[in-house]
Amino acid sequence: MKRSITLNVNGAARTVEVEPRALLVYVLRDELDLTGTHIGCDTSQCGACTVLIDGRAVKSCTVLAVQAEGTEITTIEGLSGNGGLHPLQQAFWDKHGLQCGFCTPGFIMTAVDLLSQNPEPSEVEIRHAIEGNLCRCTGYQNIVAAIQAAAGAKS
Amino acid sequence: MIPAAFDYVRAKSVAEALKAVGKDSKFIAGGHSLLPLLKLRLAQPGRLIDIGHLSQLKGIKAAGSGLRIGAGTTYRELLESKLLRDRYPLIAEVTERIGDLQVRNVGTIGGGLAHADPAADMPPVMLVLDATFVLQSKGGKRSVPARKFFRGPFATVLKPNELLTEIRLPALPRGAGTAYVSFDQAASGYALVGAAAVVALAKAKLSRAELAFTGLADTPFLATLPRLVGTARDGAGDMITQVAGAAVAGVEPNEDIHASAEYRIHLAQLAARRALAGALARAT
Repeated sequence: MKRSITLNVNGAARTVEVEPRALLVYVLRDELDLTGTHIGCDTSQCGACTVLIDGRAVKSCTVLAVQAEGTEITTIEGLSGNGGLHPLQQAFWDKHGLQCGFCTPGFIMTAVDLLSQNPEPSEVEIRHAIEGNLCRCTGYQNIVAAIQAAAGAKS
Repeated sequence: MIPAAFDYVRAKSVAEALKAVGKDSKFIAGGHSLLPLLKLRLAQPGRLIDIGHLSQLKGIKAAGSGLRIGAGTTYRELLESKLLRDRYPLIAEVTERIGDLQVRNVGTIGGGLAHADPAADMPPVMLVLDATFVLQSKGGKRSVPARKFFRGPFATVLKPNELLTEIRLPALPRGAGTAYVSFDQAASGYALVGAAAVVALAKAKLSRAELAFTGLADTPFLATLPRLVGTARDGAGDMITQVAGAAVAGVEPNEDIHASAEYRIHLAQLAARRALAGALARAT
């Protein structure tokens, strides 16, 4: 049976009618039209669906929307408040950290979490942090370079 | 993939969660073991009782020279605890390898242990550290040693109305060394075989030596290490090689597309040797 829940997404309270079994990623995409969060494997392997819940990277295909009630959710659309690009988005552009781009929102959200905890990560730390995100185009080299560039730009 | 429909209860306290238990209910905390099963419809509980946000189930507290860990503490929270890293570096090292960053952000230590995956990394750690688990139901609490908790693949002594609420760790002997060595299945990160070890010294002899395996058989288990305790530190290297063979004697190893039984036995002896030698090297 559907129930009414309020989710705080990208700084705004959004009320939706969902079944308890509705996964957060489907609610974000289908109910709230936030299609920047992608569905890749749908089995919590690939990380394309990564969003921030209370500032921490989470795979939204493995969270029920009802579990997220009362939390602060950030999707790729909400990363840059001013309509421009977030430093990580800019760095992915500058360093050519994407080819097809399908995995990119997930990588960026994971990298936001990493840099918030560890503003100057080593290459090894970056590679460990992005273990839960799969990219089938780039070979990861430019993704790592983009995260390093964004870390450098911030510090 | 969408789970089958269920009724959802967000508990406001542990007591309320225990009261909400029905004949077909499951507790959900991080949900990173349970939700994949629901999505594949390998499990179809009628009711999910959400305990993920309960602060009562979180936290890492000193208890004498030991430690108490709330079952709802996430892997990330474990990694952020200096107390945990100081007292049980083994737990911190193993936590670092569990899942990935996103999974560690939400997965909980109690959830993983109750799920009892036979190739999970944390159960053998609980066995060598001789942890005790507090299981709570509406009727009260009981304590079960980790060494009696795991019953088979995905099976434990938890009754359907019981919730794992706390993990209690006794103090390690002063100067004890610990180590974990695992050969991972490359795609899943789960252990083809993993071994956790604790070694303590007294008067240049081994006063405690324990080893537990995961991934090797249908449940994690504590191995038998004949005559290792009492061995002089200096001669322990040869002895470790011998006991690594004894440790896998009589085991019925798992066999699947990732590793044959013979290969698992080979890896187990290697993991046993390296874990024991690693723990010994760290012991003072």
